[in-house]
Amino acid sequence: MSSTSTTVPKRKRGGTLRLNMVLFYLFVTLFVLVSVAPLLWVFKMSIVTKTELFASPPTFLPQHTTGSHWHTIFANRDFLLALRNSVIIAGITTIICLFFGSIAAYAIARLRFRFKSTVLTFILAVAFFPQVAIIAPLFKQFSDIGLINTYWAAIIADTVFALPLTVWLLVAFFKELPKDLEEAARVDGATTLQAFRKVIVPLAAPGVFTAAILTFIQAWGDYLFALTFLFTSSTQPVTVVIPNFAGIHTIDYGAQAAAAVVVTVPLVILVLIFQRRIVSGLTAGAVKG
Amino acid sequence: MTTAAKPQRRGVGWLKEEFGNPERRTAYIMVLPVFVIVLAVAFYPVADAIWLSLHGGTPTITGSFVGVQNYVNMFENPDFQSGLVNTIIFTVASVTIELVVGMAIALAINRSFRGRGLVRAAVLIPWAFPTVISATMWRLMFQDQVGVISYVAHALGLVSHPILSDQTLLMIACVIVDAWKTTPFMALLLLAGLQTIPGDVYEAARVDGANAIQRFIRITLPLLKPTMLVALLFRILDAYRVFDLFWVLGGQQLESLSTFVYQSVRVSQLQFPEGNAAAVFIFISALLIALFFIKVLGMQTSTEE
Repeated sequence: MSSTSTTVPKRKRGGTLRLNMVLFYLFVTLFVLVSVAPLLWVFKMSIVTKTELFASPPTFLPQHTTGSHWHTIFANRDFLLALRNSVIIAGITTIICLFFGSIAAYAIARLRFRFKSTVLTFILAVAFFPQVAIIAPLFKQFSDIGLINTYWAAIIADTVFALPLTVWLLVAFFKELPKDLEEAARVDGATTLQAFRKVIVPLAAPGVFTAAILTFIQAWGDYLFALTFLFTSSTQPVTVVIPNFAGIHTIDYGAQAAAAVVVTVPLVILVLIFQRRIVSGLTAGAVKG
Repeated sequence: MTTAAKPQRRGVGWLKEEFGNPERRTAYIMVLPVFVIVLAVAFYPVADAIWLSLHGGTPTITGSFVGVQNYVNMFENPDFQSGLVNTIIFTVASVTIELVVGMAIALAINRSFRGRGLVRAAVLIPWAFPTVISATMWRLMFQDQVGVISYVAHALGLVSHPILSDQTLLMIACVIVDAWKTTPFMALLLLAGLQTIPGDVYEAARVDGANAIQRFIRITLPLLKPTMLVALLFRILDAYRVFDLFWVLGGQQLESLSTFVYQSVRVSQLQFPEGNAAAVFIFISALLIALFFIKVLGMQTSTEE
């Protein structure tokens, strides 16, 4: 945030400057509105009565509100199961990614070894893999070892596609930590692993936390793997359940809207609280180029 | 390679040196789990897909070796052809819009102003949504009976029939939703890149009499090139493998390369070998796109010093 004063000339006359500011804020407001409008609109759909939902022309502010759509989804056992499944799948994926990812990232950021860039390239290349390219072979292999329709099928596939992001972020964070602290620990007789665990992990907690949020958001959003490997309501996450919500024959639009809001609100809250960290995490790699 | 500076290899001596050194041994042990996971769950399945694509058969029984016949059948398949064309149109259209609009937004908000944090938080919201949930939400809005966009588009005379049953309109809808979801992300990346450009470069150019457009072309674009290449490659590869948007928003009526593969190997399974061929085709073409960015455009990939 250093060089932000480049485009605010002071020599312009007050009038032009004020007009510029008005236009600027109009532009920014429009941008923000477009970003959040669909969420607001779908929330509105979830709280109005069926009659109003189908009204033409549509009402822009809710007139006749009802809690029935929300009641429908929270009385729906499959939806609650799907929420639980999403939390389990994304949660375990995040834990596995952070555990193995932070260990590998530390070695890549701090230790010297041959093949370092080869290993890193192999890991990062997976970010460019089209998920769909591996679903058929994975399906066969998961069937052979009995993983189909278990959480593990989705967790394993999600893990391998989230790992590049986790490792990339953590390598960037570990590189920024001061080196002398662990060197001091080493002088005091700690092994590499002890230095990592006792010195680096606590220091890197903010970075690890950011990596956790981004990994969780990515795993929470998976659709293709869950759709391919999970068939019953006891394992399917919300991303698979919601598009078909409330039956095959008729779609209950109000309930679907409410379900979409339920799934996105936790993410919105995460983003609002941790926006600074999320932005720095997202831009960490790209900007260094 | 980190060790390129080493003078020479002495037979297998380097192996001993490499694994005899406790620090290096620890390093290998630390990267091993991730390396094994990635090899077993990403690289091995791709190799398997290539192998499957050269054989006939069904999901359960692999048939005899047929050479490149599956690829020939794939290219002749009209569903594959429309998937390929749609994927290219979608990728070019959405990434172009995202780059241009994202750049405009990044340039506009590259200053300190009140409410900056709020703007940043608001633009992260579409990015954080699962794609398939955004697709579901937008489908509600494009829907003919309850959809607000559908209503407005009809009222303005922009469309004359239901959006969700017309291929062209569905494609436009998919591009709109993708642009909505990822333009903010593009803007954030470009903004972060802009902020690394020192202000005095602009000051010097201004003193030399360069106008805003000249400053943008001569200073901003070249200095922003590394960031732009990374952002573009990520976005292109992401758009190129589009599945969720076409499958859910397009109601399975709009073919993309990925939906063709999914339909072939998972849903109907009638063209399982062709589906595998298409899976390999997506993989190889994505690899070529990445190599083009790295070799031809000179994108930096390594995080090494």
